[in-house]
Amino acid sequence: MAQFEPVQTRKSLLTGDEAVAHAVRQSSVDLVAAYPITPQTIIVERIADFAASGAFTGQFVPVESEHSAMSACIGGALAGARAFTATASQGLALMHEMLYAASGLRLPISMAIANRALNSPLNIHNDHTDVMGSIDSGWIQLFVENAEEAYDRVIQSFRIAEAVNLPVAINLDGFTLTHSTEPVEMLSDEVVRGFVGRPPKRDSLMDEAPKSFGLMSLPDSYQFFKDDQSRATTGSSVTISQVEGEYAKLSGREHGPLKIFRPGSKVMMVMLGSYAGTARTTARRMKNDGEQVGVISLGWLRPFPEKQFLDALEGVETLMIMDRSVSYGAPAGPLASDVMSLLYRYGIKRKVIAVTYGLGGRGFLEEDAMRLFRYAGKSGSSFESFFFYGGE
Amino acid sequence: MSDPRVRPVGPYPISQGGWHEGGSSKAYVTNDWRLEKPVVDLEKCVGCLYCWVYCPEPAIDLLDRAGKGPSKVRIDYDHCKGCGICQQVCPPKAIKMVPEEEEIANNGSI
Repeated sequence: MAQFEPVQTRKSLLTGDEAVAHAVRQSSVDLVAAYPITPQTIIVERIADFAASGAFTGQFVPVESEHSAMSACIGGALAGARAFTATASQGLALMHEMLYAASGLRLPISMAIANRALNSPLNIHNDHTDVMGSIDSGWIQLFVENAEEAYDRVIQSFRIAEAVNLPVAINLDGFTLTHSTEPVEMLSDEVVRGFVGRPPKRDSLMDEAPKSFGLMSLPDSYQFFKDDQSRATTGSSVTISQVEGEYAKLSGREHGPLKIFRPGSKVMMVMLGSYAGTARTTARRMKNDGEQVGVISLGWLRPFPEKQFLDALEGVETLMIMDRSVSYGAPAGPLASDVMSLLYRYGIKRKVIAVTYGLGGRGFLEEDAMRLFRYAGKSGSSFESFFFYGGE
Repeated sequence: MSDPRVRPVGPYPISQGGWHEGGSSKAYVTNDWRLEKPVVDLEKCVGCLYCWVYCPEPAIDLLDRAGKGPSKVRIDYDHCKGCGICQQVCPPKAIKMVPEEEEIANNGSI
């Protein structure tokens, strides 16, 4: 970790949504265009409050849909503005079309996704179905475990997006994080303002010589754009690490591409988001009983932190990969598919148990984690997958 | 055989995210999309500009741009795609769609 030079901080009790709103307020954002949707609503409400009180000095644009929210952010970003939006579930699905426009136009837009299940049946609670439907829309996808990490990653997202010219999404679990109050150590407004700076100049609609954006590209050129976008996303890992390192110098906090708990354990649970904490607590408890179990919690999913993930496999026999969404009819869930293709690519063989769990807010308690860890330790087959029903 | 992993040189420089200097649509000539071309009978044209209103491309121009009064029309054959809507809407039926090959044959250029 980078050397910690303490700066003025303020410990506050905030929900995940409020932490995101404060991060936006402090980050010299020029434009927020957003439409409220549970469980993201409080982000929009707080930013609206800040706009009304004068604490947020950018432009707050209330729009009539999420499709419009993303469209407004695209227009703003094309004019050189630092743009932010937030959404969840159906809202993310509705803006799906414009997600590709934002990334294809290489616009540095930042967005918080308060992860929630998708209709039907109607469910407002947490899982990762929403973001997994958009996982290949060309956005950098970051996942957080708590409100403070959401605050940190939102601030960092502006620097990352503007350095690599790609949009960044920060995923925080609906309700588990968005509506739970936690202590968050905020940096001072001044320090954050200094850290984010102003967006660097880029080709813009405001340039004196007229430019036209959003070109049509025929078969002779389209693939070149996509190739560039793919390389930029893979290459962005260097920039993300740099920005995280710089931020760590101010805050003492570096979340990194992944967190490994008890490296080298025979059984490793691979997770995204807030439930990793439950798994870690359980693993700690089981260690007291002499059981070798650990947790890999991914902070980045796009770009996938390949090298760091491979390093975490030393001494591991079984990977229990926990998906909170379904790829209907696919060999495994989206996270498990990613991990397995990585293993194959590097010729690494590990036992894989692909678990689908926590859909529509279904709980994941310590006893659930313990049941899974124990099962993984005993399971004999090289691959299996099942739906796990934990506590309600 | 060349290495399939090598990225070829593109048709032109690819700008990040794709932008172009203003006015690029003017430079993009679409006349080879056309199978039939509209031909204006200037005897019949009254300069009502119905064709200008309905043309999906900006392919209808004024014959007399300098004059202040009404003008008959001129087709911009660089951008006309030959959809024939102008012929359909022309009140005095002053526009006729003529097959491209016939035109070429009549011009004697083939």
